[in-house]
Amino acid sequence: MVTVLGSTIENLISLIRGAGRFSRFSGSAVAGAFVERPKRRVILPLMMQIGLQSVPVILATGAFVGMVLAVQIYGQLHRMGAESLSGAIINYSIVAELGPVLAAVILAGRIGGAMAAELGTMKVTEQIDALRTLGADPVNYLVTPRFLACLVLVPMLTLYSDAIGIIGGYIMSVKYFHVSEFFYWHQTKMFIENWDLMVGMVKSIYFGGAIGLICCYKGFQAKQGAEGVGRATTNAFVASFVAILVGNFFMSLFFRSLYTFLYE
Amino acid sequence: MADIPTQADTTASGEPVIEVNDVWKRFGSLEVLKGISLAVGRGETLVIIGASGCGKSVLLKHIIGLLRPDSGSVVFDRQEISTMPKMQLAQVRRRFGMVFQGAALFDSFSVKENVAFGLRRHTDYSEEKMSAVVAEKLRLVGLVGLEQKMPGELSGGMKKRVGIARAIALEPEVLLYDEPTTGLDPIMADVINELILRVQKSQNATSVVVTHDMQSAYKVATRIAMLHDGRIIEVGSPEEIQNTHNPTVSQFIRGEAGDLIDTALG
Repeated sequence: MVTVLGSTIENLISLIRGAGRFSRFSGSAVAGAFVERPKRRVILPLMMQIGLQSVPVILATGAFVGMVLAVQIYGQLHRMGAESLSGAIINYSIVAELGPVLAAVILAGRIGGAMAAELGTMKVTEQIDALRTLGADPVNYLVTPRFLACLVLVPMLTLYSDAIGIIGGYIMSVKYFHVSEFFYWHQTKMFIENWDLMVGMVKSIYFGGAIGLICCYKGFQAKQGAEGVGRATTNAFVASFVAILVGNFFMSLFFRSLYTFLYE
Repeated sequence: MADIPTQADTTASGEPVIEVNDVWKRFGSLEVLKGISLAVGRGETLVIIGASGCGKSVLLKHIIGLLRPDSGSVVFDRQEISTMPKMQLAQVRRRFGMVFQGAALFDSFSVKENVAFGLRRHTDYSEEKMSAVVAEKLRLVGLVGLEQKMPGELSGGMKKRVGIARAIALEPEVLLYDEPTTGLDPIMADVINELILRVQKSQNATSVVVTHDMQSAYKVATRIAMLHDGRIIEVGSPEEIQNTHNPTVSQFIRGEAGDLIDTALG
């Protein structure tokens, strides 16, 4: 009993210490954007890698999310004779909930994993120490541009994903299941507000920042050897995934309350 | 092997430029440095020898402020590095150059960009001047015309030489070498030794070399210090080290396993 209690307290302390380290790391990365503006020759290749090269996977994900939502929702609504509502439900899900979350999860796997592996390799091959000896702050130099690129590009990629998802949902609902095109768009316009679009965007900005900071932090924490880098990459994805899902829940709750407070 | 390591006389031969004073460092439960004191004189080449994993690289990283001691101090040119704020430390590091064990070249940069990295941060040289300095440093390490190569296209010895070119690009006062000849064939190891001597001569730099390669130590050292069990147990000229009466030092420099074979192989 005493041992269990002791180890629980130890775990709690190490959790708090880890949170403290992560906060300091994140603070330096964010402050870095003001201290030293990232150089174009550093940030442009990153934007290429994070943004442009993620477009195919994000389009494919978005299209299938839209189409599978259409299949599921049409099935349910058809039984109730309320197919005309499908546009509102599909498009709301894409814009405010599933679209941002799924895009962020895919990007956490694609770019977050790559960033953690790259920085982890730099750590274990002493490249991060080499940066320090050459007068560069590794957090400013490596993390700040990645954080900024994720903060800007994840929402942009989410927009692409949403757009293709909406098209996918429309094609399945209207062209395949023959839902009335007029009602499909009419109901969408009736139920989806700018507020929902804003909520989706705010969420994806948070997801972008979280992916950037968590994955870079895990890369910087990598232990020696290929196993250390592998573990850092896995931890980066798992931690980002949890941050996305938990963050999404609390943001949904918060924005729901805010909406009620403001408009109802 | 019943000797208990004692602290050696660690004063510098000339005016000390680096002073390590009673430095202790622990990683988890492992005490790596146990009260190290060492002074490095201006213009000398101090070689620190010792078994793998004895804390040589850890000591080197304390000298350039990559690690901070748990207690004790590291002083460079009368400025205490061990407690210096980050921004100030970055400025002081401009006066240092470090060559890493695995070269630590930036994978995503060409050879030219690696060598020019410090120049870009610390000088406002034009692109032409920058290219000229990079070419000159590459010529000094015998790698003429390799500016556009990527680190992945280079052999181990070439990487080490690019690492040296990068370290000397800003013509630092102090050069730190972490195992410069490890993993190289004997000829390439000697090329690196010659380079260390050449750089020392051309830049009149103070050098600290960490190695367990005794041939390299004898060739480049003004003085040799032996690190054992977290302490400096002997310091002397290469001749003094060769004629040492300390059994631990003697065993190490002759590369005799002795009764350590039982510990090593169980």
